Amino acid sequence: MRLIYKISENSNKQIDTITMATDIIIHDKKDNVGVVVIEKITPNQDCDCWVMEDDSSTNIQSKDEIPLGHKIAMIDLNEGDTILKYGHDIGKVVKSIKKGQHVHVHNVKTKKW
Amino acid sequence: MEIPKSFLGYKRENGRAGTRNHVIILPVDDISNACAEAVANNIKGTIALPHSYGRLQFGADLELHFRTMIGTGCNPNVAAVIVIGIEPKWTKKIVDGIAKTGKPVEGFHIERTGDIGTTMKASKKAQEFVMWASEKQREECPLSDLWISVKCGESDTTSGLAANPTVGNLMDKLEPLGVHLCFGETSELTGAEKVCATRGATKEASEKFMKTWNAYNDFILKEATDDLSESQPTAGNIAGGLTTIEEKAFGNFQKIGNCKFIDVLEPAEEPTKGKGLYFMDTSSAAAECVTLQAAAGFNIHLFPTGQGNIVGNPIEPVVKLTANPLTVKGMGEHIDCDVSKILSREMNLSQAGDELIKTTLRVANGRLTCAEALGHKEFVMTKLYRSA
Repeated sequence: MRLIYKISENSNKQIDTITMATDIIIHDKKDNVGVVVIEKITPNQDCDCWVMEDDSSTNIQSKDEIPLGHKIAMIDLNEGDTILKYGHDIGKVVKSIKKGQHVHVHNVKTKKW
Repeated sequence: MEIPKSFLGYKRENGRAGTRNHVIILPVDDISNACAEAVANNIKGTIALPHSYGRLQFGADLELHFRTMIGTGCNPNVAAVIVIGIEPKWTKKIVDGIAKTGKPVEGFHIERTGDIGTTMKASKKAQEFVMWASEKQREECPLSDLWISVKCGESDTTSGLAANPTVGNLMDKLEPLGVHLCFGETSELTGAEKVCATRGATKEASEKFMKTWNAYNDFILKEATDDLSESQPTAGNIAGGLTTIEEKAFGNFQKIGNCKFIDVLEPAEEPTKGKGLYFMDTSSAAAECVTLQAAAGFNIHLFPTGQGNIVGNPIEPVVKLTANPLTVKGMGEHIDCDVSKILSREMNLSQAGDELIKTTLRVANGRLTCAEALGHKEFVMTKLYRSA
């Protein structure tokens, strides 16, 4: 886990706050995808994940290059499985996805139409 | 954080409280804009609210026009109102509607007098009103006098990730304190409509929501040349990482936190079931939505944005927040509350919610929003169908 030490300019260079950066944000504990929040992650990168719902941490190794704002599979997913984000159903898997792979329009579709 | 129990607002005759103290010059119809703007130009400290409609409307569309006009005048952020229309009858209808609040209101019609004579008469009254209003002082008002409306715009992935959940966190914290809350955007809930319906506090509220959403969906199916799959999510949404319409809708839906809505409102309808969260049937176009919420009596607005929507409203201050660091960097003059540190985990959701509460209270107490300082006064009437 990477730590960022923020040095406050007006506090005699004492360590002001210690915060933990994250590569991926997961909204809800039930979610099976996370969202990349750095510019991009590269294949085989060890990524730190933050679960917002309970402020907990986890990690994952990526298999693909995934840009900012895009999703990564947190578990292996099979065709027909439901993608959960925000704890809710946001679509179905149309092509199997391995843990750590990019999740987007090439392997997930809406259930609406 | 301990949430303050009060804010400094303007107490109104009907028991409501305003976060602003506007004297407005309200044209009934499009052709009275020139006269209303002339009055506002003559009398400093007043604002004209020009708009494009008010002639030959009929049925539900006309009712909505009157409800929006009267509601805007009744909003507690408004101290006094001058109404100017071409004909006496519709002018009087709006004056009478606003007069029920007990605030000073006077109407003028242009027929048989002309713009110049009407401008003179209305200016004299406007001067009297604005000098009277200028003596009003802010007083301590309970937090429950805040009526907070929300709507997001120019959304990107940072909206669903952080800015919208920050608004949800604020709702979760303020709802128990007795504030009124309102969300809308019927179209943007498509994909999450069934889950949204389960957030009705009662069976009636849930059913009313589904009825409203179904009516919208039927309209889309009737008017659209194809389903929304080519336009929702948009190409920009997909480039930003949004995969499905459900994902976009649930990102939007984060704005209400864990709250349940107690009733479903018509556009510009004033809530009457007391404190708590309401859903209003609105367009997802920013200025139309905020105009309707202001006309329903909401006195401060929270607007999370991703790429940077710049909307404002003439009477309801619009507080912008974003979690997108590039938006803060590139157009910081539009952002009242920066929650971009959520993405780097330097701030958690609860801290972001607290920051937004602080910003909201500063604005309620009188601090200008970025949109106010920059002169954004978008007043846009919702039109249901073409005029006769």
